[in-house]
Amino acid sequence: MTRLTVNGTPVEVTTDPQAPLLDALRGELGLAGTRFGCGEGMCGACFVLLDGRVAAACDTPLSAAAGGAVVTVEGLAPGDEAHPVQRAILAEQAGQCGYCLSGMMVSAAALLADEPRPSEEAVVAALDRNLCRCGVHRRIVRAVLRAAE
Amino acid sequence: MSVSVEPDGVISVRAGKVELGQGVITALAQIAADALGADLAQVRMLPAHTGEGPDEGITAGSMSIARSGPALRETCARVRAAFVAEAARRWDVSPAEVTVRRGEFRCGDQTTTYADLARAVLTAAPDPETQAGLAAPGPATGQTGVPTAAPATGQTAESPVFVGVSVPRLDLPDKVAGRPRFVHDLRLPGQLYGRILRPPSPAARLTDLAPHEGLHVVRDGSFLGVLAKTEPEADQALARLRRAAAWEEHDTLPDEHDLHGYLRKGPHEALRVHPAPDAPTPQTEGRTDPTTGHAAAHETARETARGAAGRTIHRATYSRPFIAHASIAPSCAAARWNADGSLDVWSHTQGVYPLRAALARVLGLAADRIEVRHVEGAGCYGHNAADDVALDAALLARAVPGRPVQVRWSRHDELTWAPFGSAMSVDVAAEVEAAGGVAAWTYDIWSQGHTSRPGYAGGVPGLLAAAHLEQPWEHPPAADPAPAAGSGMARNAVPIYDFPRVEVTGHRLLETPIRSSALRSLGAFMNVFAIESFMDELALAAGRDPLAYRLDRLSDPRGREVLRRAADAAGWGRPGLGLGFARYKGNGAYCAVVAEVEAEHDVRVRRLTIAVDVGRVVNPDGVRNQIEGGATQAASWTLKERVRFDRRRITSGDWESYPILRFSETPEVAVELVEHPGTPSVGAGEAAQGPVAAAIANALASAIGIRVRDLPLTRDAVMKAIE
Repeated sequence: MTRLTVNGTPVEVTTDPQAPLLDALRGELGLAGTRFGCGEGMCGACFVLLDGRVAAACDTPLSAAAGGAVVTVEGLAPGDEAHPVQRAILAEQAGQCGYCLSGMMVSAAALLADEPRPSEEAVVAALDRNLCRCGVHRRIVRAVLRAAE
Repeated sequence: MSVSVEPDGVISVRAGKVELGQGVITALAQIAADALGADLAQVRMLPAHTGEGPDEGITAGSMSIARSGPALRETCARVRAAFVAEAARRWDVSPAEVTVRRGEFRCGDQTTTYADLARAVLTAAPDPETQAGLAAPGPATGQTGVPTAAPATGQTAESPVFVGVSVPRLDLPDKVAGRPRFVHDLRLPGQLYGRILRPPSPAARLTDLAPHEGLHVVRDGSFLGVLAKTEPEADQALARLRRAAAWEEHDTLPDEHDLHGYLRKGPHEALRVHPAPDAPTPQTEGRTDPTTGHAAAHETARETARGAAGRTIHRATYSRPFIAHASIAPSCAAARWNADGSLDVWSHTQGVYPLRAALARVLGLAADRIEVRHVEGAGCYGHNAADDVALDAALLARAVPGRPVQVRWSRHDELTWAPFGSAMSVDVAAEVEAAGGVAAWTYDIWSQGHTSRPGYAGGVPGLLAAAHLEQPWEHPPAADPAPAAGSGMARNAVPIYDFPRVEVTGHRLLETPIRSSALRSLGAFMNVFAIESFMDELALAAGRDPLAYRLDRLSDPRGREVLRRAADAAGWGRPGLGLGFARYKGNGAYCAVVAEVEAEHDVRVRRLTIAVDVGRVVNPDGVRNQIEGGATQAASWTLKERVRFDRRRITSGDWESYPILRFSETPEVAVELVEHPGTPSVGAGEAAQGPVAAAIANALASAIGIRVRDLPLTRDAVMKAIE
C-alpha cells in the first residue's frame, strides 16, 4: 500500500511500489489524462507534477511518489475549472492529435507557477523535453504566452 | 454516409473517414451542418464502424475533403429536403418557399425545427430498405429514418454558415481536459492487457522458449505474446518472456551508408511514368549497373540529348533515407472473441473495412463475423502499426474467449517494426540551352514500394504478425499505388514546369528485408526535394534568380500566384532564403515555401513562409494547422531524421537514436491562404512536405554556398558535401 496525494486528494494505492507511477494513475486511479509515450522518460507525454516539479510518471517508480503530492492534467485546475493554459490551448487551437498535450500543459503550468510572465525563450526552454509529432509547437508556445497574459 | 435525425433534433453522421489528428471530423461536421441547414451543435459525428457506416476505404492521401465532402453534402441535402417537404406540407406552402438555416425551418413568420418535424418524417418514411444511405440500419433505436422519395430541390443557393469559417476542433476539448478518448484509454469490462515479444531483428526466428511458469504466453511460430491482468504485470511478464526466448538471427540488412547502391542494385520493376505508357505492362529489369543505374531503354533519348549543339548537360543525384512515423503514442488495439465465435476489434486504423478483410484472411473467419470500430489514436501520418497491433490483439484474445484484450506496442517496437517510408535515390539530368532554358529533362527514381497496407499486392493481409506465424503469410515487398491513386515513388515526379521533353522512369526494388509503406506524401517528399533543388542549381548555373527562373517556366496561373505570394510575404531577395514549390500530386493543393536558415554549428531553420491554395477552404484555421504541422514535421525529416541499422538489426529504437525536432529547433511558420472559393476543395495534409525540404536545402545553399543532396541536412551531411 502506497499513500500519496493525487490532485489534492489523499489516496492509498495497491499497485506494485516498483511499478511506474503512471500505472497507478492510469490503471488503479483511472486518470487517463497522463499518457504513455515511451516508458523511458524521453518524450514528456506522461509528465505530472510531483511535489511541484515536473516528473516523468513512466519512469518514476510509485515508491518515489510515496508521501508526495502528484498533480496530473486532470488536476491542474480545481473541480471542473480549466487552467489558463488549458483555456489558451483551446483559444489558439494548439493541438492536432492531442496525445502530447497533457504533458505539454503540465510543463507549461509548472513554468507559469515559477515564472508568471515568462519570455518566449523561457517557454521554449520549459517545453524542450516535450515531443510533439504533429508539429503544433509554435501554436503551443503562443498559447503558453497567452496564458501568461 | 449515414445520417439520422433523432427525436431531440440531434443529427448523427457516420462518415467512413476517421479522425487521425488532422481535424477531418470537424471539417466534415461543418459540411454536414451547412448541407442540412443545421446548427453545428446539433450535428454529432460518429466514428467509423464496419456494419454501421459506409466503406470509404482508407483515410489517406489528402483525399477526405475532396472525396467524402461531396458525398456527405449530397446525403445531407436529401435529408434536409425530406424535412423541408414535411414543413411545407404542414404549412401548406411549396417546398421552395421553406428556408432552413442553423436548424430553423422558416416560411414567413412560421418556424419549426428538426426535432419538431422528426416524428412526422419518421412516420412518413417508407419501407426502410429505401432509406439506404440515409439512416443507418442497425441496433440504434429512437432514431428517425428519412424517406429518399423527397427530391433534393431548393434551398441550395443559401450562403454557407459554417463552411469557410474557422470552427474550433470538436475533439480538442476532451484532449485538453485529459478525458479518456484514445484507444489506449479503453477499459472494457473484464479487460486483460497484452504485450508482444517481437523478434530482435527482421530475419530472426524463435528457436527455443525456456520454461516460463506462471506466465500466460501465446505462441504461434515466432509470434510470442503474453497476457496479464494489469499493465505493470504485463510489462513484468514481457521482461520474463524476453529472458526465456532464444532467437536465431541473420545479417540481412543493407549498408546504411550506401543507400544509393542498395536501392540501385535491383532487381527492379521498371515503371514508365512520363510520357505515360500506352499499355502499362511492367517488366522486370535485370540488375542495372549500380554506378549509373541507367536502364538501356533510355539510352536513345539520353544520347540524343548529348548530341545537341550549344547545349550543356547538368546532372545531379539526390537521396533520402528511410523515415519512421514516430508518432508520440505507440500503436494500440483491443479485441474480444465472443461466445458465438465472432470478433470485436477496437482500432485506430485508417480503414476499418480493409483491416476487417485482412483480419478475416489471417484468422480464417468470414469478414461479416468481425466488427471493427474506430477509436482515435495519436497522430497518424500514413500506414503505421495501427493495423498490425489489431491482429496482435486478436491473436492474444483468442486464448481468452469472452475477455477483451488490449495490446500496446513498446516505443522500441513502434520505431523499429512499424513500416518505414522508403529510402529513395534519384538521378536528374537536364539538357540546357545557352540562355538557360531546359530543352530536355530526364529523371530516374530508385525506391522500394510505398504501400504494404492490408490487402496490398493482390490481397495479402499485410499485417506484421501474419509473417511470424507457424504457417506464415508471405509478404512481398511493398507495391506502389496506381497513378489514379496518386502513385507511390512517382508521386510528384513529373515537374510542373513547361519543359518541351520530359522522361520520368521509376525503378521499384523487388527484394528487400526492410518493410516500407505509405508515409505522408509518399514519394512526393523526395521528388519535390530533388526537382526543386535541381531547379535552383539550374537557375544558379544560368545566373538567374530562382524565383524568376521558375516563373519563366510556369504557365499555371494558380501556381504563379502561390509562388509570388510566398515570395512577397517572405521578403524575397535577401540572402539565406530558399524556395520550394509544387502542386501536390499534380492535381491537388498548390504550395510554395520560402525557408530562412542559419548554418553556424548545425543547420537551423528560422522561419518558413508558406502560401497555399487548396481551392474552396472548409476551415481556414484547420488548413493553417495542417500546413503548419506538415511543414514542421517536414523540417524535422529534412534536418534530423534517418532510420539507423547495422547489418542485422534496426538500431534507431528510441528518441535518442531517432531524434525529431524539438521546441528549441522549431521554425516559425507563417501561412498565407490563397483563396479560390469557386474551385473544388482539395486536401491540405500533405502539400507542404516536399516544398519544405527543397526550400530548406535551397536556403542552405544560398546561406553558405554548399549544395547538400542527401537528406537529412545534418552537420555531418554538410561536412561531407564540402569534401
